[in-house]
Amino acid sequence: MTDMPSGDNLRVSSWRLLLANPLTLASGVVLIAVAIAAGTARWIAPSGINDVDVPNALQPPSGAHWFGTDELGRDILSRVLVAMQASLQVSVVSVAFAVVVGVTVGVVAGYRGGWADIVFMRVVDVMFAFPVLLLALAIVAILGPGMTTTMLAIGIVFTPIFARVARASTLSVRTEPYVAVSRTMGTGHGFILSRHVLPNIAGPLIVQTSLSLAFAILSEAALSFLGLGIQPPHPSLGRMIFDSQGFVTLAWWMAVFPGAAIVVIVLAFNLLGDGLRDVLDPKQRTLAEARRNR
Amino acid sequence: MRTLFASPILRFVGRRLLYSLVVLAGVLVLAFALVHLVPGDPVRIALGTRYTPEAYQALRSASGLDRPLVQQFFSYAGSALTGDLGVSFRNGDPVTATLLERLPATVSLAIVGILIALLIALPAGIWSALHRGRISDGIIRVTSQFGVSIPDFWMAILLIGLFASTLGWLPTSGYRPLLTDPGGWLRHVILPGLTVGLVAAAIMTRYVRTAVLEVASAAHVRTARSKGLAPAVVTSRHIVRNALVPVLTITGIQLATILGGVIVVEVVFAWPGLGRLVYNAVAARDYPLIQGAVLLIATLFLLINLIVDVLYAVVDPRIRLS
Repeated sequence: MTDMPSGDNLRVSSWRLLLANPLTLASGVVLIAVAIAAGTARWIAPSGINDVDVPNALQPPSGAHWFGTDELGRDILSRVLVAMQASLQVSVVSVAFAVVVGVTVGVVAGYRGGWADIVFMRVVDVMFAFPVLLLALAIVAILGPGMTTTMLAIGIVFTPIFARVARASTLSVRTEPYVAVSRTMGTGHGFILSRHVLPNIAGPLIVQTSLSLAFAILSEAALSFLGLGIQPPHPSLGRMIFDSQGFVTLAWWMAVFPGAAIVVIVLAFNLLGDGLRDVLDPKQRTLAEARRNR
Repeated sequence: MRTLFASPILRFVGRRLLYSLVVLAGVLVLAFALVHLVPGDPVRIALGTRYTPEAYQALRSASGLDRPLVQQFFSYAGSALTGDLGVSFRNGDPVTATLLERLPATVSLAIVGILIALLIALPAGIWSALHRGRISDGIIRVTSQFGVSIPDFWMAILLIGLFASTLGWLPTSGYRPLLTDPGGWLRHVILPGLTVGLVAAAIMTRYVRTAVLEVASAAHVRTARSKGLAPAVVTSRHIVRNALVPVLTITGIQLATILGGVIVVEVVFAWPGLGRLVYNAVAARDYPLIQGAVLLIATLFLLINLIVDVLYAVVDPRIRLS
């Protein structure tokens, strides 16, 4: 049997290292479970999201309503499941937007240098001068509230961080000897970028994607809490928490379950991001390997 | 003059100042563009049900939107640089005066928040790093990871539920000015300050831990240990003191983030600061007020970052010489 190429060996050992970390493994399992529950929410939800049942309003958690009911008697579990779906949808689409635009800008700036680098990075610097939620609010103020605007606002807000990470990684990769050799052989820029640059900058970008997904969930929840994100009658975790404000002492479950859903998803993305960093960042990887071999 | 700019620290400050001015110019362009990016007519949208042809013409003319775009920009930039940010679409009040009236409430909340964060993050982060791999380190790391994952508005509602609604120790919301009613201010600032501080503490604990760990493995610490210095002396004089330098940066960044990011907390606690003002302005489509708030918060953000960078360069010569 022939030896595997070193790239495959690295990939296999990365997976092993990733799965050896119990927190990373647990986060992955939780996120898969959340994704399945959210994806099948319409079928597995015990009730309709807007089934009003006033006689059964503010019921505590029970066999009939696992997460209790709200002030209109709606089943909180059903609403949390459907709201999780919307949250995940918004965060995945917005982060995908940020990855595509940010990485394109960062790679072009880092690879080409010159005026492209100066112009793109100054724009990024200007965007970094705004706190995340303020910039998102300004975008919502321009385009009006709604799910599409929320996706776009969060996507734009997270674009600069991907541009910076991609640029920094590209700057270090473009001076590598294999890129210089490839260039002297007359290889086209497109081939160098897709074959040499992108695969070698993927590590930090994957880590940033996981962490950004966590922050995107929090940002969507904050915008919806303020009434500027996902609009009723579609439930959102942030708005459910907003609606619970008047019932904090009467019905704790109205605030606790939607909030706990956000914490679980965000925590899982954060822990996954940390685990990925341990494996994909060479400095952290050495530490992780040493811990594993101890 | 040449001697003045020969000083590395002044050259560094000059470079950073120039950079901040370039970014500020970009911020000004973005703030100006905000009202022009609105699909449709911003004056018509802002007037909503109050629309009459006369009111429309009056507001359009008062806000200068009837002039050519380039003229509008230079007029806006010139006025902004002299502190005139126009008038509110909603009530005609000067934007600058409205913003300055709200600024003290946000600054006081941000300072309380950052103090609470430092009180928690410094001991927790240092302890966690010095006891690396022990159970206490694990507990602190998991707790801070948990804290980073909690939405601030959820924490605010849980804190109100416990300390205000159930125990009745503190007011649920509201504000008292610090100068006229310090006792009332303190009672009202505890819960929002705690909300802001706990979230910031979770982020800062991780930075403090990393900073202490990095310094603890540095060559000068090994030398200090090999000289036979007592562990307490090595920790306090060689590790913690040097680790505080990067902590300064994250404290500044957090302070700037809190100043511009307390929107939700201010809304929950009915705290009359900049954040709540921005929220109300967005809800009312009051574009001059949104523009002014965006400009002010971004300027504060840049200013704090500039101060932090300069302080960093003063205490760490490697930064200014690099």
